[in-house]
Amino acid sequence: MTLPFAIIAGLTVGSAIAAMSLRNLVHCALSLVLTFAGLAGLYLQLNAEFVGFTQILVYVGAVSILIVFAILLTRSTEPKDEPATVTPWIGIAVAISAFLTMALAVLASPVGKRAASPMGEVSVKTLGQKLMTDYVLPLEVMALLLTAAMLGAVIIAMKDKEGSR
Amino acid sequence: MTPLSGYLLVSALLFCIGLAGALTRRNAIMVLIGIELMLNAANLNFIAFWRFSENPETMTGLMFAVFSIAIAAAEAAVGLALIITIYRHFRTANVDQVEEMKG
Amino acid sequence: MAELFAKLDALPVTLKHLLMGLLPGATPEWLVSVVSAVLTITPILAVFPLMFALTTVIERKGLGRIQNRIGPNRVGIPLTDIRLYGFGQFIADGIKSLIKEDVVPRAADKVVHFLAPIALLIPVLLTYSVLPFGKSMVPLDLPQTGLLFFFAVGASTELSVFMAGWSSRNKYSLLGAMRAIAQMVSYEIPLILSSLTVVMITGTLSLTAIVQSQSGVHFGFLHNWHLFTPWGLVGFFLFLTAAAAEANRTPFDLPEAESEIIAGYFTEYSGFKFAIFFLAEYLGLFAMCGLGITLFLGGWLPPLNIAPLTWIPSWCWFLGKLSALIVLFIWLRGTLPRLRTDQLMAFAWKFLLPMTLINLVVAALWYLLRDSLPLYARWPLCFAMLAVPYWLLGRGFEAKFTKREYRYA
Repeated sequence: MTLPFAIIAGLTVGSAIAAMSLRNLVHCALSLVLTFAGLAGLYLQLNAEFVGFTQILVYVGAVSILIVFAILLTRSTEPKDEPATVTPWIGIAVAISAFLTMALAVLASPVGKRAASPMGEVSVKTLGQKLMTDYVLPLEVMALLLTAAMLGAVIIAMKDKEGSR
Repeated sequence: MTPLSGYLLVSALLFCIGLAGALTRRNAIMVLIGIELMLNAANLNFIAFWRFSENPETMTGLMFAVFSIAIAAAEAAVGLALIITIYRHFRTANVDQVEEMKG
Repeated sequence: MAELFAKLDALPVTLKHLLMGLLPGATPEWLVSVVSAVLTITPILAVFPLMFALTTVIERKGLGRIQNRIGPNRVGIPLTDIRLYGFGQFIADGIKSLIKEDVVPRAADKVVHFLAPIALLIPVLLTYSVLPFGKSMVPLDLPQTGLLFFFAVGASTELSVFMAGWSSRNKYSLLGAMRAIAQMVSYEIPLILSSLTVVMITGTLSLTAIVQSQSGVHFGFLHNWHLFTPWGLVGFFLFLTAAAAEANRTPFDLPEAESEIIAGYFTEYSGFKFAIFFLAEYLGLFAMCGLGITLFLGGWLPPLNIAPLTWIPSWCWFLGKLSALIVLFIWLRGTLPRLRTDQLMAFAWKFLLPMTLINLVVAALWYLLRDSLPLYARWPLCFAMLAVPYWLLGRGFEAKFTKREYRYA
């Protein structure tokens, strides 16, 4: 394990825990952004520059903004004195058991010991060419999905006219 | 260089933190954030397996991660729009108080 | 003679190599890379904030001239009568903001309130790391993802704006932050789409390679800047408009419209934190201008490939073009009135976005016709394909931007 990996992984996991456990929703969202940035750092560690920067552009630049807007639109900014969770212990127990299962599987499997083969820079040009040849159908489906999602989100969130309900 | 298991463990941890949050938090936005975390954990797995695969030149895992990021953005937009509509209707975004379907 | 100028051109690089050579031979490898990074960062941290400081004075003086005033002309060297035409003003302003009291509202979220200016300044400074300032003078050359890095890091400033606006617990701050975010998100799309034309033509995301691609020569003297193509000309102005909106400059300065919401998202900031916001805003504008120069104005290349112009060092060309764009923005600020929110959004989505999309198509056409049509036919054809939609889209806006009649006001 290398030092940069340890720092980034610690930051990512720590901020993820904060994002899930803080009371104030805006603080949660801001910690979540740190998690996203940490994940981008991990992608950079894995030589996936393009995906790393895309992660920052999409998650830090767009998804987190959506989340903070939704938080501001759905509640007053002050947290009320009511429990933030329901049945916390059952959920945490399920999560911990799930983690233990996965961790045991990872540590037991020989795949986990595999070392990375050295590789050159990932060419974005090749990536784009693949998108336009081998992966053109997923790309088109994705375009359709994004358009549909955008229209759907706008229509769902549009305010109903007075007296329509 | 860190072996594959390091990345897999971080990813598993992130997935379980997201799972715990999605299962326990009352606010619907927090549930959505938990789901986002789980999606991101899966993405990390894709990238890690791609990097440690025999021939990374095929870029399969990378491609999958790119598509998955796009899907996650669409999912967040629709999910948050639904939450805003639910809030307008029920005056709350807490998932345990939205119970009109209960008999 | 030309050799001397070539040496002058490479002066910053030579200086760095000279300083690196002073390190003792037994220095560990990590220390060498740290020293190298520091030597690269220091000039950026020195030049651009200094440029910001000078810009504030020039802007105040220029705006003063435009508004028929004199502007600052008092501050010079203390205890003497030398006034330097007021160019000591920025030092006085800096000292003032340093020693001013730092007021934090009692209700504010202290941690987020403290972090917001830092979270704004760091991404803005990071964007400078991929800009090529001169020949072989790029701090961090990302051959695969340079432009993507710029936009990714630039996009994270929106969140800092939100942090500042939300943590202040002030309705003006929150309103300003909401306006700013809505505006930045909307204008980011035309910004990226107008830059994509260049990526499409050059086939690379590396900013150094984009500058290199413009080094070809037309008619023996005119450099092959992207500005000189129809899609580049239109793309540059679309880019500049979107960049002005991204940097919250007039006519898109609604987030900090003084007459409506005080100072927008940094209303509750004072002293040095306010200065940091001010600095980050201008540095963001400079970075945007730098990107525009790199993409469309040939980066550090001179406009004409003739002897006296090519002698001027490449970094001087970059800084010169940057200063010209800054003056243009000051001029715009003094001239144009502020838009309304609905006009702002309509302009982004109904004018800029369709224009950038058409521009992408035209750029593709320009590329496809490169062998089948001669330049004198291709240029007017492509330009007409952009001018007609411009005229049609613009007609829809004329009705909205004309003077309104207020009956009771």
